[in-house]
Amino acid sequence: MTPPPAPVHGLVLAGGASSRMQRDKALLQYEGRSQLDRAFDLLGRHVPKVFVSVRASQAAEPTRARRPMIVDSVEGGGPIVGIRSALATDPGAAWLVLACDLPFLSDSVLEQLLAERDPGSFATAYSSAHDGLPEPLCAIWEPAAAAELTAFQRGGGQCPRKFMRSSRIRLLEPRDRRALDNVNTPEEYRDAASALDAPGARAGAGPKRLKVQYFALLREQAGRSEETLDSSAATPADLYLELRTRHGFTLPRELLKVAVNGEFADWTHPLVAGDSVVFIPPVAGG
Amino acid sequence: MRFRFTQMPIDALAARQELLDPGAGGFVAFEGWVRDHNEGRAVHRLEYEAFQALALKEGDRIVEEALQRFPVKHALCIHRVGSLDLTQMAVWVGVSAEHRGEAFDACRYIIDEVKHRVPIWKKEHYRDGDSGWVNCERCAAAPRHAHAQAHAHAHEHPHGGERSPELGADHGASHDHDAA
Repeated sequence: MTPPPAPVHGLVLAGGASSRMQRDKALLQYEGRSQLDRAFDLLGRHVPKVFVSVRASQAAEPTRARRPMIVDSVEGGGPIVGIRSALATDPGAAWLVLACDLPFLSDSVLEQLLAERDPGSFATAYSSAHDGLPEPLCAIWEPAAAAELTAFQRGGGQCPRKFMRSSRIRLLEPRDRRALDNVNTPEEYRDAASALDAPGARAGAGPKRLKVQYFALLREQAGRSEETLDSSAATPADLYLELRTRHGFTLPRELLKVAVNGEFADWTHPLVAGDSVVFIPPVAGG
Repeated sequence: MRFRFTQMPIDALAARQELLDPGAGGFVAFEGWVRDHNEGRAVHRLEYEAFQALALKEGDRIVEEALQRFPVKHALCIHRVGSLDLTQMAVWVGVSAEHRGEAFDACRYIIDEVKHRVPIWKKEHYRDGDSGWVNCERCAAAPRHAHAQAHAHAHEHPHGGERSPELGADHGASHDHDAA
């Protein structure tokens, strides 16, 4: 009989030096929250226990100190020391490890990782959308990896990616190619933050930039064939209400259909920033 | 692509060539023409406009549905956009099949669905100088009018739904524009 797979704990790696960023990457804010908190909460939705991996010198930093911590057993060893320290803390557990510079991670990324985990391998990881190599810092590390990692480091190895390339791991294809994009420089942070902070980057209320195209009677009544506007409308139904007042549309919504991003949509479809909306008056082809 | 738009006059002979098949024993075409009157008003010109990005997808889906539902060889629909004068062709549907029955059925299905589902609009320019968007102006002005209810119903027709062609034909009859 094969033993049941080890339980999985969560580990946020927050021990990096952030040398290229020149700021503590764990404390960078997206959507008004530190990346450490975002990663911690994300893990907490999928595994029962989550810890923050820190170097001894960082243990007093308040954002880290609020969380259960695992302090690196040696100073200055890079992420592999953080992973080894976690595996040593609870040798019966596997660890879902997340770096602190992956702001685009989502629940589905972790769901897939846990669902397709191979407990009989040393680790389950995604292959990079950029170079196809394993991504060790958004991965499940199995208890059996502990001894291997120790031997690897004794032999001078420092790079967990290099370890993964020469070890028996399960490699998964990410469904969302962007989900594992990491943020190392101030420029990358600026781009990522503006993508995530864009008003309405998440569906629902709050002002967001939308593009609306008009055809036929609506085009004539709006006096334009398209416009870009900031609207708090959460759905196409709300948006039509808003624009009907603004442009004096005579058609009641009940007679229209709506398309979002070039395909028919429901009136309750949640709008997000960047959506392109078309209201479709009664058609009359033929 | 089995559904497309053209700004130029439709070349029915060239379109027909695309449907030739040695296994086909019959060919049916429908042409929609610009008629000089509609609902009691004298019309002298029509203007067609389409939301092409979606219209091409929906049109293609309709022709694909016809090919699935009826055992026919090939089918094609071409719709005109822009300004059209009386007697000009607004739409062409062609179907080739082994036997005529399926060709008629598929052709009827395609034109009926296109009229109800594809985001194309037409503006009538009347002899008296007035103009109006078909299916839009009257229901907007007088939403309680019987026509408005018919239009509202037409609009609830589900995209790609399992409606019979007969129902579509009946329904479309009240505000058909072409000479069919």
